[in-house]
Amino acid sequence: MADDTLEWHAVTKASELEEQEPEHARIGDTLICVVRLEDGIFAINDVCSHEFAQLSEGFVDGEEIECPLHQATFNLKTGEATAPPADDPVETYPVKIEDDQVYVGFKKQA
Amino acid sequence: MADPTSNQTFIVVGGGQAGGRAVEGIRKAGFDGTVILLAEEERAPYERPPLSKQVLTGEAEPDSAKLREDGWYREHGIDLRLATRAGRIDRARKRMVLADGRELAYDRLLLATGAQPKVPGLPGVELPGVHVLRDVADSLALRDAMRAGARVALVGGGYIGLEVAAAARKLGCDTTVLEAAPSLMRRQVAPELGDWYARLHRDHGADVRLEAEVARLLGSARVAGVELADGSRIDADLVVIGVGIRPNVELAMQAGLDADDGIEVDDQGRTSDPEIFAAGDVTRQPTPYADGKIRLESWQNAQNQALVAGQAMAGATAVRHADLPWFWSDQHGINLQMVGMPTGPVRHVWRGDPAAGPGFTLFYLDDGGRLVGANAVDRPADIAAVRRMIERGVSPDPAQLADPDVSLKKLLKGQA
Ligand SMILES: Cc1cc2nc3c(=O)[nH]c(=O)nc-3n(C[C@H](O)[C@H](O)[C@H](O)COP(=O)(O)OP(=O)(O)OC[C@H]3O[C@@H](n4cnc5c(N)ncnc54)[C@H](O)[C@@H]3O)c2cc1C
Ligand code: FES
Repeated sequence: MADDTLEWHAVTKASELEEQEPEHARIGDTLICVVRLEDGIFAINDVCSHEFAQLSEGFVDGEEIECPLHQATFNLKTGEATAPPADDPVETYPVKIEDDQVYVGFKKQA
Repeated sequence: MADPTSNQTFIVVGGGQAGGRAVEGIRKAGFDGTVILLAEEERAPYERPPLSKQVLTGEAEPDSAKLREDGWYREHGIDLRLATRAGRIDRARKRMVLADGRELAYDRLLLATGAQPKVPGLPGVELPGVHVLRDVADSLALRDAMRAGARVALVGGGYIGLEVAAAARKLGCDTTVLEAAPSLMRRQVAPELGDWYARLHRDHGADVRLEAEVARLLGSARVAGVELADGSRIDADLVVIGVGIRPNVELAMQAGLDADDGIEVDDQGRTSDPEIFAAGDVTRQPTPYADGKIRLESWQNAQNQALVAGQAMAGATAVRHADLPWFWSDQHGINLQMVGMPTGPVRHVWRGDPAAGPGFTLFYLDDGGRLVGANAVDRPADIAAVRRMIERGVSPDPAQLADPDVSLKKLLKGQA
């Protein structure tokens, strides 16, 4: 996807993200969970697709984040639900880093 | 026939959470024969936790608790038969005899018949106005009766009674909790934490009475109150009994399977008949975390053991159910998570100050210093790390455990 179809929003400083320690951010009405893994920084929607919980309060194990309420897990790179009770994926967002600033990309509203 | 399973029939009895997850497990393991789910209730499988929480207060409707959307069963080729009660198993002929006398042939069977509330043999217990809480109908009946100003007495200070008490206060009812033991939620938490919950409920206006043994229920045409063993009386318009459940083992017992307080199963949900499986509240299963078999009454077990049993039934060999027991309860907006099975003498370590309000965790260490359990009060995030510590048999330093500035995740990884 070319960059010009995206709107980039600054969310946090890359140097402040500890590996496997999720951070949350809010862009407009959307809650975002940002995590540094071994091979990069990833962003997903912060709201669990099961009921209501913020995934950024959950536990990161490998590439997966576990919901703090009923232990559903999601892949941080693909958003896929990898353990019940969640079935539906959570949205993932592109991330770019410029001068230590982490940006999350949203599709431009048509 | 290319696929030897495609002309077989699997029957699952019980359309609760475990029955619903079992049929999912069967399909997940690739079984492509006939799957019939026999459900006595008129509703497709749903999860019960909201029935004593959001559904009871009217914040949610029963449909929100559905395990699956209605179309899911058709899409997965599940023949879901609602309002259908299984009556008897004929093992010699491999037939399931329905309560109405019709017969269904099976190749394999799975029993997920769950449990029902225990009703103590108290005088007056049959009076109108006496409630139990297990299914949607019970929850709606109770919600309808819990009008503002109604006087509600809860018999039993376990988590169900306490969730109902919280809902009753929220709806403006005059609420009394009667617990025979010296502390609340005795089966789940240490007495000190039970006391914390007694204060919580009192602060929200409930009258919590401990060591209160109920002698009989009062009233003639309807229930009018409760009389305790010491002779004292509590006036009540409604009485809710929450003193535990008993497993629905009749089908299994009648069929001669090993069963008593639960159907005996192995770690794949197999009963003493290798063609018959069982899952959920109705089973007694082995666990790495206790000696002997245990019967779990939990949402987690109804999901995960049933997924394993369904897959094993369909021939999967690598699956095992060995989850660390985990449970939660929500009362007055506070999330309590309980993990592990502390048995024998334990040392308590508190992280955070209970006197300062919710947001603390109580750890249980065995006499060798190993972490064996924890109760997190509005600290859901602690539980994931704690679970892994218990699974790995970690013996954390109590001082670090008690220090909220030490990350549990780092303690888990041995980096603290
Ligand atoms: C009000 C309430 C609140 C709860 N809250 C929590 C919570 O917060 N956290 C937690 O971890 N757990 C909670 N639980 C426990 C959890 O819901 C149960 O452990 C779980 O429902 C067990 O599922 P099951 O499928 O084994 O049994 P059940 O849910 O009892 O389902 C069994 C089903 O089988 C059907 N059946 C029985 N016999 C037959 C027959 N002969 N033929 C056909 N059908 C039959 C029954 O009608 C029933 O629908 C709660 C339970 C209740 C009742
Ligand atoms: S809200 Fe996330 S698993 Fe239930």
